Amino acid sequence: MLEIEDLHVEVGGRRILKGVSLSVLAGYTNVLFGPNGSGKSTLLMTIMGFSGYKVTHGRILFNGEDITQMPVTERAKRGIGIMMQRPPNLVGVSLENLVKVTSKDKALASGAAQGLDMARFLERDVNVGFSGGEIKRSELLQLEAQNPCLYLLDEPESGVDLVSIERVGSKVRELLHGTSCAGRRGRAGKAALVITHTGQILDYIEADRGYVMCNGTVMCSGNPRELLQEISKMGYEECIKCKLKLTTVN
Amino acid sequence: MQAEADHRELKRKAEAAREKKAAFGEDIDLETFRSGSKDLERVKRLAELDEEEKRTLLQAGVLPTEEGRSGSFVLMDESVVHASSKAQGVEVMPLKDALKVHEWLKDYYWKGVSPEADKFTARTYLEGADGYFIHALPGTKVSAPVQTCLMLKGKGVAQSVHNIVIVEEGAELDVMTGCSTSKGVERALHLGISEFYIKKGAKLTFTMIHNWSEQIGVRPRTVIVQEEGSTFINNYVALRPVKSIQTYPTARLEGPGCFARFNSVAIAHPGSELDLGTRAVLSGEGSRCEMISRTIATGGKVIARGQMVGKARNVRGHLECRGLILGEGGVQIAIPELEAYVPDLEMTHEAAVGKIAQDQVEYLMARGLSEEEAVGIIVRGFLEVGIRGLPENLKREIDATMERTDMRAI
Repeated sequence: MLEIEDLHVEVGGRRILKGVSLSVLAGYTNVLFGPNGSGKSTLLMTIMGFSGYKVTHGRILFNGEDITQMPVTERAKRGIGIMMQRPPNLVGVSLENLVKVTSKDKALASGAAQGLDMARFLERDVNVGFSGGEIKRSELLQLEAQNPCLYLLDEPESGVDLVSIERVGSKVRELLHGTSCAGRRGRAGKAALVITHTGQILDYIEADRGYVMCNGTVMCSGNPRELLQEISKMGYEECIKCKLKLTTVN
Repeated sequence: MQAEADHRELKRKAEAAREKKAAFGEDIDLETFRSGSKDLERVKRLAELDEEEKRTLLQAGVLPTEEGRSGSFVLMDESVVHASSKAQGVEVMPLKDALKVHEWLKDYYWKGVSPEADKFTARTYLEGADGYFIHALPGTKVSAPVQTCLMLKGKGVAQSVHNIVIVEEGAELDVMTGCSTSKGVERALHLGISEFYIKKGAKLTFTMIHNWSEQIGVRPRTVIVQEEGSTFINNYVALRPVKSIQTYPTARLEGPGCFARFNSVAIAHPGSELDLGTRAVLSGEGSRCEMISRTIATGGKVIARGQMVGKARNVRGHLECRGLILGEGGVQIAIPELEAYVPDLEMTHEAAVGKIAQDQVEYLMARGLSEEEAVGIIVRGFLEVGIRGLPENLKREIDATMERTDMRAI
């Protein structure tokens, strides 16, 4: 579904991504690990097509189509949806209005909002004065309305309190896997690329493949749970050393 | 005798000010306009007006059915066509008639606005202009608004209007004024003197919808005099093209504990110049004032002035003024001014001009909206903030007006 080939990206003249390659198959949930500043968010923002993220080399394929230079709207229309870490405030635009416009379905807004305990936020301006957890839930509500095939989730668990993490985690699970059992996920077609710093979200979702990013490149990939265990035990510094060792050996 | 001496004195001053240019705004040669007709036929109900006139009323938020209104007043050119009140304790009548009925009204007539302020006030005084007189008796509280319409009908007309609103002690009143131009009127001028008096503990909510057209010049002159503990809420909406508007309503918060709020939303289309000011002089202890202005230049020019003058202890005020420029050719000039004459007060302002934030547009695009849709939603939100906090019914009216306004231009 998503194919990233040797992607180099500059932000404000600085090279952030230095040759990232990875892929997400239909029905797969892949996870991105990595220390702060390793380029994880940059990768997601670049896939969505936001301005300020300049692709200097490489390409992004979505369902076989090269979308590297495609406008944001077109990417969204083809089925890519993003949950941002720090979305902008939309003063004067109510969450309800935005959800209605996105979903083109009036009934959805209130029902979905109930599930996320966001009903009382529908009248509020999007993101204005929202807490960390409220932003996550608002983003998920918008994504549910949008109903994409590929979810780009940037740290869904960060800044969320213990009560909300359950809600956020369950909603992410519902959106990604629906009610289908593991073996049938491929047919449902929902795929995801999820950034996680702490790995907490893995308690809620079935992750298929993990990537570790450091310094703008993918250091290694593998079973996400095993990777997380390694990282928890050794820290990211060991990952970097490990990679260096591999390079030397090779 | 005294009244006549006063009149002679004011007349002398007005004569002397015939050529006096206004402090702001492009000068207008009054000689090139004729007076408006003063003898158009009156109607008992607005429903009796012709379809074209009804449409013009509706465009400015004035309902020809008079439903949900506690009174109605319509002025066409310089003729009062209709004046009625459905609410007990609220008088709605032509100012000239009111001056005959209420001898005391002379104590308010031209006491807020001075005839010699500039050539426009002078002309209005010398014309002996008529307009609306709306009077809420002490303790009267009506939730339904009184609606008034000031309509330009004749080509090349200079319409002079003089309005007085008095809200007596403890009363609460909503007034909605829609200003509009008949189809086919090209060049014309509107001069409107408004004097509002809000007594102790009273509240006036005044909503003005300007719905003029491309070749109309507009020079309103408004003064609000507030007594102890009174509240004044002013909402101003101007979304349609106009040649030029220059206005600088001034609230005088004279009693202690007064509150005034000004909300303004306006769009300057190509060829429009909007010089929109708001001034509050806070001389009553502990008085408060808020000014919120949201304007968009889509090729025209906006000058957003705001002035707060603090002259008493514990006065607080905040002025917020934001201007968007959409597309090429638009101009935004924001001029906030704060003046403090005593130490124990706090007044603040924030002003910002520029384009729509790209990250907001792209955020909405990432939800599948086109760039145009995204900009539209953000612009509506931007204006929405300007009228926030209004009573729901008023807000619905303004939303409906915005809906009717051609937003495709943005």
